[in-house]
Amino acid sequence: MADEPLILGIETSCDETGVGIVRGHTLLADALASSVEEHARFGGVVPEVASRAHLEAIVPTMDRALREAGVTLADIDAIAVTSGPGLAGALLVGVAAAKGYALAAEKPVYGVNHLAAHVAVDTLEHGPLPEPAIALLVSGGHSSLLLVDDLARGVTPLGATIDDAAGEAFDKVARLLGLPFPGGPPIDREARAGDAASIAFPRGLTAAKDLAAHRYDFSFSGLKTAVARWVEARQRAGEPVPVADVAASFQEAVCDVLTTKALAACRANGIETLVIGGGVAANSRLRAMAEQRAEKYGIQVRVPRPKLCTDNGAMVAALGSHLVAAGVAPSRLDLPADSALPLTTVSV
Amino acid sequence: MLVLVVDSSTPAVTAALVEVSADDVALRAHRCTVDARAHGELLAPQVDAVLADADARPRDLGAVVAGLGPGPFTGLRVGLVTAATMGQVLDIPTYGVCSLDGIGYPAATGDPVLAASDARRKELYWAVYDGAGQRIVGPEVSTPAVAAARARELGATVAVGDGAHRYADTLGLPVRVEPRYPDATVLALLAAERIRAAAPTERLTPLYLRRPDAVAATARKPVLP
Repeated sequence: MADEPLILGIETSCDETGVGIVRGHTLLADALASSVEEHARFGGVVPEVASRAHLEAIVPTMDRALREAGVTLADIDAIAVTSGPGLAGALLVGVAAAKGYALAAEKPVYGVNHLAAHVAVDTLEHGPLPEPAIALLVSGGHSSLLLVDDLARGVTPLGATIDDAAGEAFDKVARLLGLPFPGGPPIDREARAGDAASIAFPRGLTAAKDLAAHRYDFSFSGLKTAVARWVEARQRAGEPVPVADVAASFQEAVCDVLTTKALAACRANGIETLVIGGGVAANSRLRAMAEQRAEKYGIQVRVPRPKLCTDNGAMVAALGSHLVAAGVAPSRLDLPADSALPLTTVSV
Repeated sequence: MLVLVVDSSTPAVTAALVEVSADDVALRAHRCTVDARAHGELLAPQVDAVLADADARPRDLGAVVAGLGPGPFTGLRVGLVTAATMGQVLDIPTYGVCSLDGIGYPAATGDPVLAASDARRKELYWAVYDGAGQRIVGPEVSTPAVAAARARELGATVAVGDGAHRYADTLGLPVRVEPRYPDATVLALLAAERIRAAAPTERLTPLYLRRPDAVAATARKPVLP
């Protein structure tokens, strides 16, 4: 293990400032600073607030990661950084920081794809990823299904949300139910006491006519509106809103669509491994439902522990480690932050 | 002592190496590219280039000086995060200087001067300097008309900086051609006392002058008619 390269990863694509350090598939440090509380009163992430927080947090977060791993920057073999996709101003702080560290410590820098990093992080928990695999990435900003042939060189997008991201739907429904931001954890909690079969909310893009054009795409906007209509009708009738039942039924609809389409992609491509990543992968119902449904098809579901599912620096380090092991060339110092970096680009 | 200077508060992305001695601040290498949209791409290669130009390595640096702005936020942060991270790795102090001082200080030759850079949204970042180059008001952000009125009250007879060029008509003051953007040697000069005294490192906090554009969440609109 001591021979494997020591890789540092920096993540600033949204509201989390993350610095992770790995050696091979071994996680040595995962330091995180979050500006989520500063965004709560706005009901969503404010890009400029996030960018300001990254600038303040990056140096102390780096210090913590190095201390946690018991290494110095001189010991690091390469620095990986999320160069996209994400919030432009937020990404730029991380990319500029990575270049500053790389310049000063005279190390190579790798600009990497945030979504590919969400797949790579699983290797820290479950070891090398069998390829090809199907990856389901679900967060507040993304909802994508990918075919992972070669994580070091390229992934094939199979589908994505055509409107809201899954995590965004959780945030909006939470707000409707008077639950705090971000909405994922409180809905998960409320849903445990609710009846998931009590309300039949719609499953977007699952009807036969939609499957033709959107076999692996998602839509959560209609679901969010359906929940709003249901809740408002109750309120207008002067009846109490059964928060736990609404939360459970909404969560069931999201998880049903996500797992159905992800497993369909596995079966259609003859693939036996499904990786789930992104903040929504921390949802307990999604994890349980995916495992339960996959079992009957003999498909293995790999979901990292919740702390590795949400944005963090370790995932970027994990992808960097994979790239270095595969002999991929580092990025140049004029590496740009690219808020719309395509999924097909794993490293820049 | 070899000192790295960076400024990304204006469209001019600047990296320079200066030699700070007991009685002098001398420019060793300088790269500047005017491009308001590529701060993130340009700065690191320029830092690399000035080191190569001076035949120096990062470990030869003794301090970093950074322009704190004011300036458009996204670009401004590139310089500050570059300075802070390099200082952290090299374990050398970082010092901040108001970027407008890099324009106003060298332009003041006897009479008060208005130094201004473009703040976008039809506004200026500005400050007024006395005849000796000391900042007496600012930095502030306002419309060119407000900046002009304040500058005249303070006896400014000339304006300088990219913002002054852009709004010369509104300002109604003669415009000095140079410096148009923060001068790297001047930024180092203004930090020289701290550098020579090995003053404690400073946290590089940007002079934002504006709050983030964000409004607190309002009541949700109902979906039912």
